[in-house]
Amino acid sequence: MLYAILCYNDEDIVWSWSQEEDQAVMAKLGVVHERLIKAGKMGPSLRLLPTTSATTLRKSADPPLVIDGPFAETKEQLLGFYVIEVADLDEALEVARELAGANPGGAYEIRPVALYNPERRDGAAV
Amino acid sequence: MSERAWIDVALTAARPQALSALLRYFRDLDTAEEAFQEACLRALKTWPQTGPPRDPKAWLILVGRNAALDGVRRRGRQAPLPPEETLSDLEDAETALAERLDGAHYRDDVLRLLFMCCHPDLPDTQQIALALRIVSGLSVKQIARAFLVSEAAMEQRITRAKARIAQAQVPFETPSAAERGERLAAVTAMTYLLFTAGYGAGERSARAELCGEAIRLARLLLRLFQTEPEIMGLAALMLLQHARSAARFDAVGEIVLLEDQDRGLWDDKLIAEGLALLDKAMRHQAPGPYQIQAAIAALHARAARPDDTDWAEIEALYAALERTTPSPVVTLNRAVAVDKVKGAAVALEMIEPLAPRLSAYFHFFGVKGALLLRLGRQAEAREAFDQAIALAATPAEAAHIRLRLDRLRRESAPEPA
Repeated sequence: MLYAILCYNDEDIVWSWSQEEDQAVMAKLGVVHERLIKAGKMGPSLRLLPTTSATTLRKSADPPLVIDGPFAETKEQLLGFYVIEVADLDEALEVARELAGANPGGAYEIRPVALYNPERRDGAAV
Repeated sequence: MSERAWIDVALTAARPQALSALLRYFRDLDTAEEAFQEACLRALKTWPQTGPPRDPKAWLILVGRNAALDGVRRRGRQAPLPPEETLSDLEDAETALAERLDGAHYRDDVLRLLFMCCHPDLPDTQQIALALRIVSGLSVKQIARAFLVSEAAMEQRITRAKARIAQAQVPFETPSAAERGERLAAVTAMTYLLFTAGYGAGERSARAELCGEAIRLARLLLRLFQTEPEIMGLAALMLLQHARSAARFDAVGEIVLLEDQDRGLWDDKLIAEGLALLDKAMRHQAPGPYQIQAAIAALHARAARPDDTDWAEIEALYAALERTTPSPVVTLNRAVAVDKVKGAAVALEMIEPLAPRLSAYFHFFGVKGALLLRLGRQAEAREAFDQAIALAATPAEAAHIRLRLDRLRRESAPEPA
């Protein structure tokens, strides 16, 4: 079963991390990632730029309205996500707990994936 | 990250909004700062046990406000303090209340707090020092280190500046649209001043600290004023310039010129964010000085090798900047681009009339020396470089010019037999 783990946190805090703090968190997360990759459970994962870089297309208007900023003003923002392949919700929660141990604060939302298009653009610059 | 480190980051991140909301309650900076300080102390005591609250900002505002009010009451009636749990334990209902009280005001509160630091009577360096102390919450020691002055001197400077703004009486009413615009312009200018102070600093740690704080303030402003293209431009400009910081100096602290930098050391993440913000800004089709400068920085960032740099476009952008914000420094920068496009002779002709106004500007003589050198006028180049050294603001600047002078001497010396 494919699950998405959506990472929510206060971006004021996350983007206040020093480079060293960021690297320390990434190193800890790396251990979890490595284990998931070896077990063949790790799908794509990504980190988003801050919501200040977001633009929203409001489809309620015709033609759609382009608005600066994220879709919703929230205390915790969607900062990135993982896609993992696990047996069931229990195992997905287990992965989320491991990730939480490496990266405290905020919340992980675990959502089953309904449709998955794995085609990817190779060599895309990030 | 340790729990203590995480809490410290959370408190720092919450500071501008929490402190500025407390300032609105108490209308007095000292009281607001004390209240925030008290709230932080309680956070350090209770968060390790209860876990961080869902909304640290609201928590700090409410606890700070209660603690300060309590202090007032206690002084008035000598009544005993309620137990710690009563003061610090906030139900969700109270969080919601804090949000209603403060959500709508955050924007103007934070802007007011920043604007107080931009008092026109205060010299630039004091505005920046004040913003770092009050808004960013840096210690006097940290600020003193960044500006290479003693802690006592910085303490005195900040105390004086605070006394000055206390008399200034920035009104607490919601500002009109025009007032808001004025405040925003002053605050963005101060933010960029903070950045340039960091960008030119001699010490690596000072550069990282000041530039990092300026970027943090810009991100905060951006979140509060999401549709202002010039704030997007300012943030983009600083991100794109700061992205090069690891490449701008070599291992021994010598300046590395843009064309000689190892572009692999540029920070891709900062560049991506800068380019994204510039993209957003351009959509508004309301260009301004920050956007133009960000567009110039973006052309450098996009060039994989120095030879790929679109100097003609950079020249055109500097020409646009000359029209919107004419200054001899802008013309000098344009001349650097003109040199690449039309040659050193044309560039030199452009900068010669600037001499009277830039006679105390290090970069003027650095650029002039380089142009003269390229035209084979060694003696005059040497003279210009000598003047640059005399005007250098940091040891690294002086060392960089000395290096060019040494090279010049070696090249003009007769070959050893």
